[in-house]
Amino acid sequence: MYGKGLRTLSIATVAALAAALSLIFFYAPLDADQGFIQKIFYLHVPLSIVALLGFVAGGVYAILHLRSGERRWDAYSYVCIHLSVIFAVGVLITGSIWAKASWGHWWVWDEPTLVSFLIVFLLYATYYPFRYAIEDPERQARYASVFAVTAGAFVPLNFLAVRLAESLVHPRVFATTAGGLPGSMMLAFLVSIAAMALLWVTLVKLELTAKSASGQLKRLRRALDAPAPGAPSRVAPEV
Amino acid sequence: MTPSRLAFATILAKDLRAELRTLQSLPAMALFAVTTFVIFRFGLDRTSLSGSLAAGVLWATLLFAAVLGINRLFVAEREEGGFDAIRLAPIDRTALFAAKAAALLVYLLVLELIVVPVFALFFLDSAAALPPLAAVLLLADLGLAATGTLISSMAVHSRARDLLTPLVLLPLVVPLMIAATGATEPLLTLGGPAYDRFGTWLAVLGLYDLVFLLVGYAVFDFLLED
Repeated sequence: MYGKGLRTLSIATVAALAAALSLIFFYAPLDADQGFIQKIFYLHVPLSIVALLGFVAGGVYAILHLRSGERRWDAYSYVCIHLSVIFAVGVLITGSIWAKASWGHWWVWDEPTLVSFLIVFLLYATYYPFRYAIEDPERQARYASVFAVTAGAFVPLNFLAVRLAESLVHPRVFATTAGGLPGSMMLAFLVSIAAMALLWVTLVKLELTAKSASGQLKRLRRALDAPAPGAPSRVAPEV
Repeated sequence: MTPSRLAFATILAKDLRAELRTLQSLPAMALFAVTTFVIFRFGLDRTSLSGSLAAGVLWATLLFAAVLGINRLFVAEREEGGFDAIRLAPIDRTALFAAKAAALLVYLLVLELIVVPVFALFFLDSAAALPPLAAVLLLADLGLAATGTLISSMAVHSRARDLLTPLVLLPLVVPLMIAATGATEPLLTLGGPAYDRFGTWLAVLGLYDLVFLLVGYAVFDFLLED
């Protein structure tokens, strides 16, 4: 069953999130330059890292699906991309708030990371209309996997092109993500990353469980009409 | 000739011959592009363009004209059973990808052969930028041909083909457009072409072409399975 271990995982996620939030607000010092608003950095950056890694995971599962032809991997790929798109919305919103507070504008076109992320988000947002416009379920799964692989190759290229378009005019402001942070901020940041990653994994598992359960329910309903003995208990999640 | 090369040449020749006889894509693309220039003339209220404006108008127009052709690329295969024939034939399926991408490349080159001189005639002061621009056009066309063929071959099997191709294609070609406009902008500045970071942008275009030709080559087999 897909629900196995979900409870432990959820408890770990809640604990990690609580630890991250208390570290952010009570342990990490206020930023000398930006003040309180800098705290959103502990949410924004981990969210974006987890979302991008989630897109990569979606691509990897898509390759697995294309190679093996097992529908299970397609469902994994779908759920990874789905949750990463949701996280990406969070990234864009928190990024906007930060931009407003520290640069005075809700949207800043010359910050390459922000723009790259918007383009990546726009591409992955087309995953849904693309996927659900194809009717045949086999073909839908295959094409969605091809999309996930293509988009995976697109992400680094896009970051390169957008960075190049700006690099001469605007030097990187946040090149110091790891090296320049004092220890206490670094600790809060790392715990935040761990908490966000746990949250993502929990949500992925939850959605897979729900989809597997609804697939099983559908099969049971069908079995009520035409009983078939010896059905497997682990049903591939339906997307 | 190896069987795959023969299949490639046959499909490409078939496509070009069909286009020559029916003329269902290219004239529409060219007409669309020229009309778009006229709209830009009034939309921007400029009678001559240079620099980033010129690059933006040229590439936005070429991209949207290309989408028209990309939309129709696989329609005949789908409606007349070409996909089934390819599946039945004992040939490498990637031959279809290569042939369709090559056909699209030819369409785009012919389109630009017509439309870019018109653009120069309408908006540019001199034609000095056109020879170096040809290199940018060729590299960008390769990338468009690779991604366009890939997306079109998938979208043609969906309910909303005409909607889906631009929807997925546009974000996918953003890096290509960044590089193409980046290379074109200094070429079209007032007072003769400049070559500001020209090599860097050509390298990005080449990298994009390489990546998406390889991706298309790698995944196209899965698109034809049934």
